[in-house]
Amino acid sequence: MKSKNTPAEKKDKKLTSRRNFLKKGLLAGAGTVLGAGVVGSFDAFAESGDSIKVLGPDGKILTVDKSHLKEIGARPESQMQTEGREGIPGRKWIKVIDLGKCRNARMCVAACQHAHQLKPEQYHVNVLRMDREGETAPFFMPKPCQHCDDPPCTKVCPVDATFKRQDGLVLIDNERCIGCRFCIAACPYSARIFNWTDPRDVEKYKDVEYDVELNVPQKKGTVSKCLFSANLLREERMPYCVTACPNGVYWFGDENENAVTNGTTKETVNFKKLLKDNAAYVLLPELGTQPRVYYLPEKNRLFPYKYNGSTELKKEHSS
Amino acid sequence: MSEVKHKDQKKSLSKIVDDLTRPIKRHYGFTPWILFLIAIMALGIWAYIIQIRDGLGVTAMRDYVSWGLYIASFIFFIATALIGMLISAVLGLIGIKWITPIARIAEMIAIGFAMWAGLIIIFDMGRPDRILNIFLHGRLQSPIVWDITVVTTYVAISLLLYLLPLIPDIPFLKKTMKDQPKWKQKIYEILSFGFKGHTEQYKLIKRLIRIMAILIIPVALAIHTVTSWLFALTLRVGWDSTIFGPYYVTGAFVTGGAAVLIAMFIFSRDFRLKEYITDFHFDKMGKLLVLLMLVYLYFNINEYLVPAYKMKTLDEHHLSGLFTGKFAVMFWTVQLGGLIIPIILMLFKKMRRPIPSLIIGIAVVIGAFFKRYLITIPTLLHPHLPIQNVPAEFSTYWPTAFEWSITMMAVAGAVLIITILAKLFPIMPIWEIAHEEGITNEEINQFVEEKNN
Repeated sequence: MKSKNTPAEKKDKKLTSRRNFLKKGLLAGAGTVLGAGVVGSFDAFAESGDSIKVLGPDGKILTVDKSHLKEIGARPESQMQTEGREGIPGRKWIKVIDLGKCRNARMCVAACQHAHQLKPEQYHVNVLRMDREGETAPFFMPKPCQHCDDPPCTKVCPVDATFKRQDGLVLIDNERCIGCRFCIAACPYSARIFNWTDPRDVEKYKDVEYDVELNVPQKKGTVSKCLFSANLLREERMPYCVTACPNGVYWFGDENENAVTNGTTKETVNFKKLLKDNAAYVLLPELGTQPRVYYLPEKNRLFPYKYNGSTELKKEHSS
Repeated sequence: MSEVKHKDQKKSLSKIVDDLTRPIKRHYGFTPWILFLIAIMALGIWAYIIQIRDGLGVTAMRDYVSWGLYIASFIFFIATALIGMLISAVLGLIGIKWITPIARIAEMIAIGFAMWAGLIIIFDMGRPDRILNIFLHGRLQSPIVWDITVVTTYVAISLLLYLLPLIPDIPFLKKTMKDQPKWKQKIYEILSFGFKGHTEQYKLIKRLIRIMAILIIPVALAIHTVTSWLFALTLRVGWDSTIFGPYYVTGAFVTGGAAVLIAMFIFSRDFRLKEYITDFHFDKMGKLLVLLMLVYLYFNINEYLVPAYKMKTLDEHHLSGLFTGKFAVMFWTVQLGGLIIPIILMLFKKMRRPIPSLIIGIAVVIGAFFKRYLITIPTLLHPHLPIQNVPAEFSTYWPTAFEWSITMMAVAGAVLIITILAKLFPIMPIWEIAHEEGITNEEINQFVEEKNN
């Protein structure tokens, strides 16, 4: 039985919560200032140099830097859940993808699938083969979730299982998802996937505590999607795909700091300037979704387009 | 001509009561029919258990075609359920007389299909065990929450629209069903709500029916409009349409109208009620269906030809798939066989007779089912960004045996509800038919008393 609060107690509670709110607000403010202090150097993203071997999703042995390993279950689940829903105060995560540098190495895909317990045909980030109606040679286009500022997917979710955080990320809580797949229908970027059957290595992940920022363990009958590796961002590290790229395709950073760091070269540049100098664009701007992922057109290509021995784009997309 | 004939045949009250309660008392085809339906459902239940165990992977749905036969069937079921509102509410309120013997049949169809529509949504869920999350964490901006709200409201009002006109029939049942099992008599006792045949009670029931008939109109429009919004509120080519609401509603009336024609045929033959559901009624219902189909054709022209004239790049992918591509055979079969040819045929009086009506009705219902399929699946196969690096099965869709079994379970389930209602209660309002034959309330009360003694 719950005891009823007297009005005085209620008032006290209100005051405390207000105080807490102020405290949190101040912390958030301080966080922003501190964040601005360490502008984009992203020292925390540095690799330790020690590498270890791990089993990849396709059974191959992969070499991964030690700093990429994360102990799972470091925080209690309830805390992971509440923090995971709120986001990281003062941040506005942003990704820039340089199409001129992608040669379809698919290291980003492998790292992502490995980290998020995905099967080979399940993509949080997929590398697509695109062209511009024959105007240029075809090119490779990595396509993660666009983390839209006006996300069509979160609007339609009946249970708030997928949500937009204050730091710009769109996450999915697979402990709440009812599997209606309305978000999949609503997403114009086809960024969402579904666990139609048991996820990969379901036995191995059985006792792992759920982290909403990693969306692992994956669960049968729920939706999954790219999370910008929110669990790594919390540790001031860059997403799995960004650091896995051998060709410098990905830039990642914080819009508030106006700085993005290249995942391969670790070079940090002015975000707005990078966009302006390279005529950056977003996907399907006419839909008004306001993506947080920007693309730099495929100029000064590092590699010529070649896929399955062909330099032409074969249409798979039949009508 | 037929109207005059219909009016001439005065029926006595005892004949009406006998005719309408006979199928309830004994009907030898009933048990095998129920067993047949239960067998279909058993197969579906087995398929559903496997689906729960192994996940939705047993369906042909994958990451791109993430909604399939279940959602298409859901629209079809909601559509069929809508006819209850059109016939008993709209036509009833404007005082159309010929609907008296078929209004309750329409209402039975509405209840059966609306209830199973709600269940199909659950079959489609990846995590049906979390259904309570909709109430625990429900968000008002999600069309699914609107849909659940209006579907449950529609089922509730439809049940009331079924039960209220049933009350004055209960005294007939109580008096003539003495030899029936106890549980049946118990049900009749409860549902009589103490009805004694007073003029005041008739007035009250008529007023209640009127209120429910008015209430159900906005609710019914809402269920199918919200169902269309599940699609129209997304940014997908082929769904992103402003006329989806009325397009769905008018399509629904076509489906339901054809379903009523089929039910009229079956009931009038199987229950030997040809004197009540006459050629005149088939003719009227056929005319109504032509009107409904013409309105739906008008919306089809708007929905397909307006974008086809402009042929925006993305629309072109979608429409050429329908008009000349992969879906062309199904599309033209549905549009011609399920809509245009039935319109032309039913313009002729001969084609509105019972047997042609039945055949056309079946064609229209099957066409309507595959029309929902064509609304749901092709759009998902044409996303804005190409489908690549996935197994070939991701870029095609044809339902698996599991999906067909579960869908057939829903169809059998809806028919089972209709069957059980037809076995428990008369399929036409005895009292309203008696009133139309000029029999007064006093005569009815007298009749009930006599039988009692």
